[in-house]
Amino acid sequence: MLNYSVKRLGLAVIIVSVVMLLLFTMIYLIPGDPAAVALGPRATDAMREALRVKMGLDQPIWIQFWNFFINAWQGDLGNEVLSDRPVTDVVLEQLPFTLALIAGGMIWSIALGIPLGCWTAIQPGGIVDRIIGILSVGVIAVPSFVIAIYALLIFAVSLRWLPAIGAGDSGDIIDQIIHLILPSLAVGLGWVGYLARLVRASMLEVLEASHIRTARAFGLPERLITYRYALTIAILPTVTLLGVGIGQMLSSAVFAEIVFARPGVGKLVYDAILTRNYPLVSGAVLVTTVLFIAINLIADLVVGVLDPRVRSRL
Amino acid sequence: MNILEIQNLNVTFDTEDGQLRALRDVSFNVPEHRIVGIVGESGCGKSTLINSILGLLADNGQVEKGKILFEGQNLTELNSSQLRELRGVRISTVFQDPMGALNPVISVGTQMLHIQYRSSLSKSEKLDNAAEMLRRVRIPDRESALTRYPHEFSGGMKQRIAIAMAMMMEPALLIADEPTTALDATLEVATIELLQDLQQQIGCSVLFISHHLGVIAELCDDVVVMYAGEVVERGTTRQIFYRPMHPYTERLLQCDPAGQSERTRHLPTIPGEIPDLRLRTPGCIFAARCHCREDICDSTPPEVEIEGQSARCHRLVA
Ligand SMILES: Nc1ncnc2c1ncn2[C@@H]1O[C@H](COP(=O)(O)OP(=O)(O)OP(=O)(O)O)[C@@H](O)[C@H]1O
Ligand SMILES: [Mg+2]
Repeated sequence: MLNYSVKRLGLAVIIVSVVMLLLFTMIYLIPGDPAAVALGPRATDAMREALRVKMGLDQPIWIQFWNFFINAWQGDLGNEVLSDRPVTDVVLEQLPFTLALIAGGMIWSIALGIPLGCWTAIQPGGIVDRIIGILSVGVIAVPSFVIAIYALLIFAVSLRWLPAIGAGDSGDIIDQIIHLILPSLAVGLGWVGYLARLVRASMLEVLEASHIRTARAFGLPERLITYRYALTIAILPTVTLLGVGIGQMLSSAVFAEIVFARPGVGKLVYDAILTRNYPLVSGAVLVTTVLFIAINLIADLVVGVLDPRVRSRL
Repeated sequence: MNILEIQNLNVTFDTEDGQLRALRDVSFNVPEHRIVGIVGESGCGKSTLINSILGLLADNGQVEKGKILFEGQNLTELNSSQLRELRGVRISTVFQDPMGALNPVISVGTQMLHIQYRSSLSKSEKLDNAAEMLRRVRIPDRESALTRYPHEFSGGMKQRIAIAMAMMMEPALLIADEPTTALDATLEVATIELLQDLQQQIGCSVLFISHHLGVIAELCDDVVVMYAGEVVERGTTRQIFYRPMHPYTERLLQCDPAGQSERTRHLPTIPGEIPDLRLRTPGCIFAARCHCREDICDSTPPEVEIEGQSARCHRLVA
């Protein structure tokens, strides 16, 4: 297990480094002089030159990259343009809101997707199976921002059951959770459909396995067979897929945060792009990348914990 | 006394191109304390027979007519929960594939606990039972074996664990569906001996399925020969091996590699193929491949019995 974790961690470090290189190249290739952008049109040439030296832009490119790389690993992503605050601080300030949103999306998709998948697999071809099948494909096909807008219109504007915008009072956890319900549903609903389909397919496969026949031949109760003997195996591919799913939820989160006017990294990036605040854009992208890789790492380790066959190979 | 009596069992499967008659008028008995072997080529309906006994036929299969009397009660009339009460307690099963027969993500000990779910014993007593069963199937290091998972054992050990699980509730009938086919020759012998020992100790009857004639001869008291869903011949092991009555049994014995007196490069085989079970004519099921076929074979063959040995063949009447 330790050996495996170390290997996976090494791989993660390499991936993050590559992403840093890409980000650096991207910023470098963006036309325009960052110093000029930062200082605005009324700055003099001398002021720009001074800032260029301060930002290290007069150095050869590989030294610039090396500095960027070393600083980034130390958590220093430079300062953002507008307020001159460290990018890392600004992004980390917004991160909990996005994390909460994604966690909410995960909870929706797991709490609904797995039972639905399991339920439809028990009687494949039945009426319940068909209806849920159609609904699943439906929610997979509809983009999350459309779901976000409709959820907002129906539950917040027309029915007034839930608040429409914001993240809730900062001290009031209940209020925050209530504000999270709709945006997280928008982020997670597509994944409810995905998981329902995936768990169904993988349940159907497991239920055909010969160990299930053995369990039946021992007269074990169907509930025990379904939930303990079959489902624990059938959800293993789901865990890995959820790691990938979180990446997708990160991008859905951008829309959900905009539609529901919530703070968060997505909203931050959106605003930063509009104001051409490039250090902030790249900083936020880097933070979400690290987050995504970390979550996938965790997903793989969780599979290792759940599946004794994988565990002993680690 | 017979533990199990199968009487005129007919099982059909609904398939896309018509009804498939997987078992036709199958009858035989499993007496108390005896080991009955079932031989037959692949596809002759051995697993279908077992599944009908266990009440685990696929959804598209049904018992059309006939009785399965187990300890006097007709299993075809029981509902699914009554059948479940028998399975694992009175009737236990060991399946062919030891690699896949045990759940890969649940430890051996927990699986053995689950099998005892109906018992009122405490958990530690159940674990003691499980460890004791593992001792009887000669699994070394039993306490730690209980905490391990199936993939940590070799194929032969897995099959012994499966046998331990099947025997744990001391069933009256053990069904073994080709339990040794996936094992190599030495393990096969060891497993057979183990089954024999346990059968003696527990005093159960065994329905043993195999297409390995040597194993059948070694282990079984009685033999049932099946062909394309029918019982063509049955009798004691001695009768079947020394005085086969049905031409199919004769051929089967001739084709057994272990029975070859000299080394040959070419094993004899039975020419032709198993008939399509969807197109069933009233005549003898084996006629198309039979070396002593005559015109009369197109009509239903009689069941002829001599000293407890019986076969379905026209030749026997002449
Ligand atoms: N669910 C099913 N639907 C349709 N046909 C089936 C089904 N199960 C079995 N059959 C058919 O019934 C016949 C008997 O199959 P069965 O599995 O009982 O044979 P078998 O003797 O156990 O063979 P093997 O030695 O290969 O295990 C075969 O022709 C098979 O194709
Ligand atoms: Mg079979």
